[in-house]
Amino acid sequence: MSGAPASGAAVPLLAVEGLKKHFPILGGLLRRPVAWVQAVDGIDFAVAPGETLGVVGESGCGKSTTARLLMHLVAPDAGTVRFGGRAINAPGGIGLSELRRQMQMVFQDSYASLNPRLTVADTIASAPAGHGMKRADAQRLAHDLLARVGLEPALFLRRYPHELSGGQRQRVNIARALALSPRLLILDEAVSALDKSVEAQVLNLLLDLKDDLGLTYIFISHDLNVVQFISDRVMVMYLGRVVEIGPVEAIYAEPAHPYTRALLDSMPAMDPDRRTTEPPLSGDPPNPINPPSGCRFRTRCTFAEAVCTAREPALDTVAGAKFAGHHAACHMARAGSGHSKAPAPGAGGDSANPVTAGARP
Amino acid sequence: MAAQPPAPAIATSASAATPTRGYWATVGRRLMRDRVTMACALVLALILLAALLAPLIAPHDPFLGRMPRRLRPFGILNSLGMSDNPRAILEHPFGTDELGRDMLTRILYGGRLSLFMGVTPVFNALVIGGLLGIVAGFLGGWVNTLIMRTIDVFYAFPSVLLAIAISGTLGAGIVNAIVSLTVVFIPPIVRVSESVTTSVRTLDYVDAARASGLGTLSILRVHVLRNVFGPIFIYATSLISVSIILASGLSFLGLGVEPPNAEWGLMLNTLRPAIYTRPEVAALPGFAILVTSVCFNLLSDGLRSAMDVRI
Amino acid sequence: MLTFLIRRILYVVPIAIGVTFFVFSLVHLAPGDPLSAVVAGDAPREVVDMLRAAYGFDQPMIVQYLRWVARALSGDLGRSLATGRPVAAEMFAAIGNSVLLAFLAAAIGFTLGAILGGIAGYAQSSWLDKLASLIAILGVSVPHYWLGMVLVILFSVNMNALPAIGIGPAGSAFWLWTRTDWSHAILPAVTLSVIPMGIVTRTVRATVAETLAMEFVQALKAKGLPGHAVLLHVVRNVAPVCLAVMGLQFGYLLGGSILVETVFSWPGTGFLLNDAIFRRDIPMLQGVILVLAMFFVLLNLLVDIVQTLVDPRIRRG
Ligand SMILES: Nc1ncnc2c1ncn2[C@@H]1O[C@H](COP(=O)(O)OP(=O)(O)OP(=O)(O)O)[C@@H](O)[C@H]1O
Ligand code: SF4
Ligand SMILES: [Mg+2]
Repeated sequence: MSGAPASGAAVPLLAVEGLKKHFPILGGLLRRPVAWVQAVDGIDFAVAPGETLGVVGESGCGKSTTARLLMHLVAPDAGTVRFGGRAINAPGGIGLSELRRQMQMVFQDSYASLNPRLTVADTIASAPAGHGMKRADAQRLAHDLLARVGLEPALFLRRYPHELSGGQRQRVNIARALALSPRLLILDEAVSALDKSVEAQVLNLLLDLKDDLGLTYIFISHDLNVVQFISDRVMVMYLGRVVEIGPVEAIYAEPAHPYTRALLDSMPAMDPDRRTTEPPLSGDPPNPINPPSGCRFRTRCTFAEAVCTAREPALDTVAGAKFAGHHAACHMARAGSGHSKAPAPGAGGDSANPVTAGARP
Repeated sequence: MAAQPPAPAIATSASAATPTRGYWATVGRRLMRDRVTMACALVLALILLAALLAPLIAPHDPFLGRMPRRLRPFGILNSLGMSDNPRAILEHPFGTDELGRDMLTRILYGGRLSLFMGVTPVFNALVIGGLLGIVAGFLGGWVNTLIMRTIDVFYAFPSVLLAIAISGTLGAGIVNAIVSLTVVFIPPIVRVSESVTTSVRTLDYVDAARASGLGTLSILRVHVLRNVFGPIFIYATSLISVSIILASGLSFLGLGVEPPNAEWGLMLNTLRPAIYTRPEVAALPGFAILVTSVCFNLLSDGLRSAMDVRI
Repeated sequence: MLTFLIRRILYVVPIAIGVTFFVFSLVHLAPGDPLSAVVAGDAPREVVDMLRAAYGFDQPMIVQYLRWVARALSGDLGRSLATGRPVAAEMFAAIGNSVLLAFLAAAIGFTLGAILGGIAGYAQSSWLDKLASLIAILGVSVPHYWLGMVLVILFSVNMNALPAIGIGPAGSAFWLWTRTDWSHAILPAVTLSVIPMGIVTRTVRATVAETLAMEFVQALKAKGLPGHAVLLHVVRNVAPVCLAVMGLQFGYLLGGSILVETVFSWPGTGFLLNDAIFRRDIPMLQGVILVLAMFFVLLNLLVDIVQTLVDPRIRRG
């Protein structure tokens, strides 16, 4: 068990175990797979009802693929996804159509995710209509939802996507996702393409909606400021794996994984005094086709040692963690792992975090 | 397109301030402004009307030949001071053919078969090829491979050769010519529909529709068909001109419409020996083909640029 | 790159099988008995059966097909039902005549097309552009069999300047490189050239305009680079596209010359095909179509390969 929510008493809304997707690279004379992109390579996490899980990581680390796997837009190679305690597409479990009613997604590209030939009203109404709602009812729902996401229905219902601004389009996408009254909303870079001021408006809208409708969010972004603002817990991904997960305070104040710290250091700080000058993350991430052996981050990690090449660190509770539910996949966070900076076996919880100690002013 | 949902009462006043319009309205507006395209549409409409109304407006019987009157010159040209009988001038304004049949009448009647045989194969191919291409593009996988590799075989024949191979084997006749031209136009339409559908299928809004649990059929209907129809249709219109030339070409070779029917390609064939005596009469049916084909080409060009809107 | 070449070459195999199968099945598409062309309707049964066995029509389909392919591979395309002579021998001279006509037409059409298209692309929206576009539209819209007739009317009937039919002085079946022969080739070659001329014009115009609008070309111009440097870039971008279009058009010229060959009684493959159709000479029909289609397949292959070698932007794996 790993990555259980902090207040893990109740059944998690979503529980993921061993989720995996490798994309084939075709080549050669016969167009056979010659290699596999390990886009998502066995990840575990859970989301509690009502919380917001932020997901961060460099481009290409598998965030979008994870989202698509959860929606079953691409079929997973392995792993189980349980929604509300029920397995998906299993006997006695939850069907795909039911899952997609309870779980919805907002895509990054607000333009590409709207059909150019449909009016705003038809776009929002198409999902409930497809699930059997009467046409007039679906249209009324579209009207209400548009008002709910802050767009004057009279002005916008009959418009086409090209007649909307980026922020307005993303509001329409959110309204469309809400049309089936889902419990969980996946937001894949949903605000990344927006101007800063518009982004703030949409974020506030998302917070309001969450409170009013009792939603749960999975919020994918590469903007660490936004993730810190909106998330209850944060999951850090690297090359198709989860390297760290925990409460937002733990991740931002006490990062246990060197990759997380590097990300945080590269984050444009609000406070100019804290801006670092040296680039904390050098080089590109390694090729996801042939990820490094042992710890996947070792090729870019300043703390890498022999043990990091030899053994892959498991995602487990951080030794001496100050926050409950703080897990990391690094040998330094594991007592007795053989890493020189790891706490001695049986050492108390007050040992200094090697990653943060002395590194941050 | 599909009927729009009734707008709430307030919407009408509000949308007057911010005019919103659908795709086809935009396309229509742009077409109306394109003078060349509108002129071509007008000419084609007149040709179609003349063909349809041929029994009412044609001055003579299209099949009635009178040997003493064979290969009369253009009556209209004769009026330049040569004739002493003003009524005879208009008797056969475009002369008579090798059997003494009135050319104006036969050109009017010929338009019926020529247009029909030009447009029908493209329409058939649009339905069959469009379906195959959309299925191949939407389903992908082995269905795609099967359809597209079969199409590749037909692509290995230049179009004229394929048309003649099939028509030549099946023999002359209207139906055979239409069948062979349909086969000629299916492969290119399949290719275009497949590539358009494949690119639409991978767009986010199709994923969004899948994510909202819509069934395959409604995704196909609402999200794919609406967006692929335009490009496929434009492409098909660009084939009409080729089809008209090829259809008449088959008749010209004796492989299409059979005598004594009036069809422009066949008329060109039977009048060939007359190029030495009445060149203007012999060339007339080809001129009709040329005008029609130019107009279809320009119309298709205009449609393409009018529909090329990012919306 | 090598993988691409091998894949592309191997890909010809299934296509060739498909083409041979289609051409073979033409016999069975044809209405009536394929023997009807050689035997009279009231011929005695034994004679018909004997002939059927002689032509192999009594075997199962697949056996007939395999035999036919095996023989075709060894250059034996069967015997003409009409003349009794081997199809391959009948075709030999005709192919040469058709290729010659196609070459002449290509030379005229491609040159004119490249010039017109280049001018139109450079001088966009000027009257020159409009004129070139009009010529191009007429080129692709004209029924070329009719154009042939019109040219005959103008140059043979009215002006008596050029011969209207045949490949040389009466009855000649071969090209002899004489002045007369050249004069015989002018009208059919010009007639045949209008379609590729129109298509090449439109392609070149579009590609030149597109290249000139590219940012890096704009930057070159802004830097005040001399005209010929810009021209070099344009040519480099236009050449691969042109090459592909011209390759295909050359194939169409060969496969599509039947109408023009008929108008001008040019003794090429199209003329042969026309004869075969009206005599219901199926082996002849099959032979001509097979050879032309195979030629087209190989031409496509060649165009693809050359285009990949020439165009640096294409990197196929
Ligand atoms: N359909 C696919 N076929 C092959 N490879 C794919 C496919 N989809 C994604 N990948 C690869 O999987 C890896 C993860 O991609 P993914 O889109 O999940 O990354 P991401 O974290 O969302 O990146 P970004 O921040 O750029 O959106 C990438 O290396 C990508 O190239
Ligand atoms: S396991 Fe080793 S290489 Fe990986 S992050 Fe930790 S210290 Fe660095
Ligand atoms: Mg992504």
